[in-house]
Amino acid sequence: MADRLHLANADQPLLVAENLSKNYGALVACRDISFTLYPGEVLAIVGESGSGKTTLLQMLSAQLAPKSGRVFYRMRDGVLRDLNALGEAERRFLFRTDWGYVHQDPAQGLRMAVSAGANVGERLMAVGWNHYGRIRGTASSWLERVEIDTARIDDTPRTYSGGMRQRLQIARNLVTEPRLVFMDEPTGGLDVSVQARLLDLMRNLVSELGLAAIVVTHDLAVARLLSHRVMVMKGGQVIETGLTDQVLDDPHEPYTQLLVSSILPP
Amino acid sequence: MSAMIDILEAEKTFTMHLQGGVRLAVVRGVTFEVKAGECVVLSGPSGAGKSSILKMIFGNYRCDGGRISIRHRGNLIDLAKAEPREVLRVRRETIGYVSQFLRAVPRVATIDVVAEPLIVTGTSRAEARGQAGDLLGFLNIPERLWTLPPATFSGGEQQRVNIASGFISDHPILLLDEPTASLDAANREVVVRLIDKKKRAGVAIVAIVHDDEIRRRIADRVVDVTTFAAAA
Repeated sequence: MADRLHLANADQPLLVAENLSKNYGALVACRDISFTLYPGEVLAIVGESGSGKTTLLQMLSAQLAPKSGRVFYRMRDGVLRDLNALGEAERRFLFRTDWGYVHQDPAQGLRMAVSAGANVGERLMAVGWNHYGRIRGTASSWLERVEIDTARIDDTPRTYSGGMRQRLQIARNLVTEPRLVFMDEPTGGLDVSVQARLLDLMRNLVSELGLAAIVVTHDLAVARLLSHRVMVMKGGQVIETGLTDQVLDDPHEPYTQLLVSSILPP
Repeated sequence: MSAMIDILEAEKTFTMHLQGGVRLAVVRGVTFEVKAGECVVLSGPSGAGKSSILKMIFGNYRCDGGRISIRHRGNLIDLAKAEPREVLRVRRETIGYVSQFLRAVPRVATIDVVAEPLIVTGTSRAEARGQAGDLLGFLNIPERLWTLPPATFSGGEQQRVNIASGFISDHPILLLDEPTASLDAANREVVVRLIDKKKRAGVAIVAIVHDDEIRRRIADRVVDVTTFAAAA
């Protein structure tokens, strides 16, 4: 259902970035970045530490003001709006409902002192749900969806393993059925075995829900598994972009060739 | 009947920046077409560029020149110039590709690997799994393996899983890169029968096969890739 809804609007961009730039003093973090993201599309931003990936993600998600350039987002009414010009209520709607933001460190995206159920339910309450039974039921079904034993619903994430925390963070983000999810190194701090499980889970959720996502990662395997398109960043600039398998199998730029050829075979 | 694939003067050169910018010309002037229900086999020695041409038709390698027209929903789309979104749409509905090696997501069961192409185009999970099971059975993959991820399978088993996932959809174009290379005689026979069935259903096929007997049996036409040699 959700998928069909998204496909119907699939020819209109969901997010448009226009000439985004940002510097910290003399240091250029991002320079002149433009791209268009469509509904249901997963875009990976790859590059090494310090290449400007996270700064870009923060500008795209309205957490950091660009020095120049603009970000447009298509609100649910179908109108493409400049993020900078949004009122407080619209901005809050985006953060609470229409967007998700998955941090590398789940402790940043979760409230560690409250129960798992409350972590998921909180987002629902923020959008006006007030029936305790329904909130708990929905939270519980989301825990199941991210493969967390529902017997652990009343435990705090402090008692969870790293992989469980990350899955809980994903449930908390997706419970409001956002249309766009930002992810910053979502598998970054996890063991390899836990990573594979999380990646598979994210891949399925993204395709079932028809989500658009922007995923920052330095791991090309994550980009290959999750994304349709990839942007390679170096020194604050996008140096190569295209279909993910094209860029990874037939890289054109010297730096992309270096990245691709630097992967150690298992 | 109009062509499903129409390639004109396509060329590909790799520039290896890490090796001092060496330019490796692979193919030039690639020109041929494939009609519905026809199987074209690419021939030539290793390194002649056969796999590169298949990858160019799939949009996996970028073209440096020329045109690769694909009939998608009745319209011709030039994959050499298409937007990523268009390439993905063409792959979802029109072009299937069976590569030499299986690349599957870790942890995903074999039956789901095979069913996935149907699920993404809207078939229900149960129906897709049913069809995946039929095809795996036809390819002699024992049922006790279906729930396991294919990563630990033998080379021949992985190849048959790969074939199943490539053949399960009703894509009007199918690209086959040595689909029988690591199969025994009985399973090669199964693959020949699957290819025949696709041809009768009007699928346009481009294949690379080294086995002379298989080539003779499936090819309607052979295109000699050495005529596209780019080396001056």
